[in-house]
Amino acid sequence: MSQPFRLNKEGLINRNKKISFTFNGKKLFGYEGDTIASALIANGIHLVGRSFKYHRPRGFFGAGVEEPNAKLQVEFNGHSEPNVNATEMELVEGLSATSQNCWPSVNFDVGAINNFLKMFFPAGFYYKTFMWPKSFWYKIYEPFIRKAAGLGVASIEKDKERYEHKFEYCDLLVTGSGPSGLASAYAAAKNGAKVILAEDKPRFGGTLLTDDVSIDNLSGKDWAEKIITELKSMPNVTVKNRSQVFGYYDHNMLVMFERVSDHLETKSKFTPRQRLWYIRAKETILSTGSIERPIVFGNNDTPGIFLSAAAKEYMKVYGVLVGKKPLIFTNNDSAYETALEFKKNNVEPIILDTREEHSSELIDEAKSKGIDIRFSHGVIVANGYKKVKSAKIGKLNKDKNSFEKIETIECDCICVSGFWTPSVHLASQSGNKLKYEEKIDAFIPDKKKQHETSVGAANGSFTLEESLKHGFENGSNLSAKITETKTEISIPNVNEKKYGAHDKFWCMPLPKNENPKRFVDFQNDVSVSDIEIALREGYRSIEHVKRYTTLGMATDQGRTSNLNGLQLVSNIENKIVPEVGHTTFRPPFTPITIGTIVGREVGMEYMPTRKTPMHEWHEKNNAVFVDAGAWKRPRYYKQGSETLFEASKREAKNVRENVGICDVTTLGKIDIKGPDAAEFLNRVYTNAWMKLPVGKARYGLMLREDGIVMDDGTTTRISENHYHMTTTTAQAANVLSHLEYYLQIVWPELNVNVVSTTEQWAGAAIAGPKSREMLSKLYPDLDVSNEALPFMGYKEAEFFGVPSRIFRISFSGELAYEINVKSDHGMFMWEKMMEVGKEFGNQPYGTEALSTLRIEMGHVAGPELDGRTIPSDVSLNGLVSKKKDFIGKNSLGREAFNVESRQKIVGLIPIDRKSSIPEGSHIVQDQNAKLPNPKLGHVSSSCWSVENNNPFSLAIMKDGKNMIGKKFFAVSPLKNKSIEVEVISSHYVDPEGKRVRS
Amino acid sequence: MLYIKCPYCGLRAQKEFSYGGDATVKRPNINEEVSSEDWDNFVYMRKSPRGKHIELWQHIAGCRQWIKVQRDTATHEIFQTAKVTEEIR
Ligand SMILES: [Zn+2]
Repeated sequence: MSQPFRLNKEGLINRNKKISFTFNGKKLFGYEGDTIASALIANGIHLVGRSFKYHRPRGFFGAGVEEPNAKLQVEFNGHSEPNVNATEMELVEGLSATSQNCWPSVNFDVGAINNFLKMFFPAGFYYKTFMWPKSFWYKIYEPFIRKAAGLGVASIEKDKERYEHKFEYCDLLVTGSGPSGLASAYAAAKNGAKVILAEDKPRFGGTLLTDDVSIDNLSGKDWAEKIITELKSMPNVTVKNRSQVFGYYDHNMLVMFERVSDHLETKSKFTPRQRLWYIRAKETILSTGSIERPIVFGNNDTPGIFLSAAAKEYMKVYGVLVGKKPLIFTNNDSAYETALEFKKNNVEPIILDTREEHSSELIDEAKSKGIDIRFSHGVIVANGYKKVKSAKIGKLNKDKNSFEKIETIECDCICVSGFWTPSVHLASQSGNKLKYEEKIDAFIPDKKKQHETSVGAANGSFTLEESLKHGFENGSNLSAKITETKTEISIPNVNEKKYGAHDKFWCMPLPKNENPKRFVDFQNDVSVSDIEIALREGYRSIEHVKRYTTLGMATDQGRTSNLNGLQLVSNIENKIVPEVGHTTFRPPFTPITIGTIVGREVGMEYMPTRKTPMHEWHEKNNAVFVDAGAWKRPRYYKQGSETLFEASKREAKNVRENVGICDVTTLGKIDIKGPDAAEFLNRVYTNAWMKLPVGKARYGLMLREDGIVMDDGTTTRISENHYHMTTTTAQAANVLSHLEYYLQIVWPELNVNVVSTTEQWAGAAIAGPKSREMLSKLYPDLDVSNEALPFMGYKEAEFFGVPSRIFRISFSGELAYEINVKSDHGMFMWEKMMEVGKEFGNQPYGTEALSTLRIEMGHVAGPELDGRTIPSDVSLNGLVSKKKDFIGKNSLGREAFNVESRQKIVGLIPIDRKSSIPEGSHIVQDQNAKLPNPKLGHVSSSCWSVENNNPFSLAIMKDGKNMIGKKFFAVSPLKNKSIEVEVISSHYVDPEGKRVRS
Repeated sequence: MLYIKCPYCGLRAQKEFSYGGDATVKRPNINEEVSSEDWDNFVYMRKSPRGKHIELWQHIAGCRQWIKVQRDTATHEIFQTAKVTEEIR
């Protein structure tokens, strides 16, 4: 197997190591150091894909991040990834690449018929055509567009790779290791600054690898290597290749995407595939370089047409010829370097220069080497469907709008250069307004917005001498401000070729009666005529033109099309480019994988898991868990083949009949201390707190300032100035912040401290008629009688040798206690309870049974305290003091809160006493009424009442208790159910609350 | 991501903080009569300025102190941070 387009010596690849891969099923090989693109070109393969809209054959255009066309579906390391940029992805053994957006194959693509129907696909086509009739959208248009368009296929397999996030801080971040980047990093490093140097490509040096220059008598490449070697040896410097800084965010936060291991043959288990760096830099050097600008001409998207610098990079870095009969089409001197490189490799190029005959250092050198140069010439249209075969070229008249002579010449590639566009995306993202630089016909950064300093080509300096000088100066000055050290560095001597002025010419005219497509944006298939149509149809703002034509959108972000698009708009509108302005540059600059964005936050690491100290016991005893925020709580303990319904019924029934224990560790607990603690609680809660004695608990209700119930729970007075507050599991964090807000901001004069103790205590509730008997066995030396430990009483006692707190409080409505021990003793407590409770028929119960118990008692919880209810809505107005002020009190007088018909809590039972009522059902008068059916309320909580053996629900309903005895329908369109219900009191069981006091 | 200088802990990433709204709103005194208009203004009415705004943030994943931050709502520039007991001018 020979590689017809591989040079014998040139390049930085390792010819001693062959790498085999496949492309569209065909076995090929390349060398270590190749990209997929360079290996394919070496094998003479140019047709790699079909374009987005017209399915036109497309090949490579660039050699790196600027590539708009060559996006492949790539399989390697056992996964398949779409839209991989063939010019960036390094070749690895066994890789298999396939073309995208073509069917059945890239060589014969049915969708290419779009190309022949192109008159039907002008700008705004999708907007215009698929708008009508509306009913066609989902069934016909959308599936069609999805099938016809679209890039690669996302894998549906689980991503087995590892991705990481890293947070880093530095004095100076340098983005790009070209001459100006290297100089900046070097100067800053010498000043002792903490430097991060990021290079997108595998090799450091940027244009130094391809330009024919020398620095201090070293070649550009050798000088770059020398500097990098020294930087790597310095402890204050981090040097990263394969790392793209793709976003510049607020407060000098930059985000970098590092490709860690895709290029490695072997890697250890914990090596991530990619890594996302969040870098907070004190100063940032933007040395992102520039991207070559194309010149627009007919069929300029034909495979075999390259940017001129890319053609040079393929020769100098990869030892690959993009063609053997090259046409160089340029408006400036830089493409002459490409021509000279071809010549050096014994290939005869023809240069078409749009400028009139003149002289410059490079032109003279090309002439002296005998290169065929044709001034005032340009390519009109490229011929060849799947590969360039020839070109119709023209000699331009002085007006540059007509031709003196037209002829066709043979060629197998066209290398085009329309001068250079600084990569200003990061500066723009930082908020820099950018300014138009007449001299280079491009935007460059304006006044600093954050701490961004652009140097070199990114700042519009296209000479090596200037780039190095700016790099050294800025790197030195910016870092000296931080480190307060300044090391003198002498700026090296530079030998480079001087460029003449470029021609302000970017779009070839067409001869009369010829109308080939002239593409501005390859990736989005936007042509000159599309932009003309958009303007003809009245789009004026460049942002609107962009959206109507899709110019500069998608992964390409207009890298090679932006300025040519602006130039066209300004020509047609008779404006100058700066008046037209530019569209917004958005991160990411290049596509990054979803895996990298997600990082390690997948599966179990998606969020922290909070487990109670008794978790293992629950696991061993067949608990089925439910998420309560980050907590895992047992929902029920499965016995045999029990269902959730059966298990929770059994557990709840056992609490009503015997005794059960429930892990209540997850309840929020807040320790409140200080001489003003009572006064503080009195302001926070709606009820009175000044007279609560030591050793007593009280149920409390807290509101937001707008009168809506925020949370409820019990608070116990542990000692004179010490209280223990409990909150619901869900509101624990909010309540703590709420208390801190009032203590720190509103009433700083109150001498009170609050701290969360949720994690410090393990809690278990013992509930049921036999709970006192069980408690007396747990505390044989303690008097637990109703007199000694009454409802809402509190005691501290030893629990088999460990300190514990006993609260006589109840959520289930049964005679109940809650025991707290230090977290470390939680498991001990639980196991003792299970052991001692046996003789009383004790069983553990989960949250499902807990809900059943509280619902049939009419106790409100989250579903009723849903951020819309005030105390009287949920029958808690008895807890609202009329005598004192408290948070939210003034809001309770609002008119809307006091109308008679306001929605309030009621109970519901189905008429048939059998049908469970789905939570979330709407309550309506007439189930068959015309929509929208007036809604009278909604079902908030539902259970199977174990006490009465039929379904029971709580609902929030208009007119509340006035509705008791009336019949309605609870309808759930979601569950397709409609159940006739009767309104009853929300206190379905033990309405007088005798049991808790028994 | 913003970089916020907690007056107690120093510069910290935004993800350590939670937002608390306009810092210039003053709650009517407890146990004092307040007109419904004043009360409604306190509970509901907030300015939404474009530009400088003094606001509250809480360093929830740090020292748990509520702090004042003067921020430009359009550019996110932070001009000053202070303890809640201090004035920002
Ligand atoms: Zn802090």
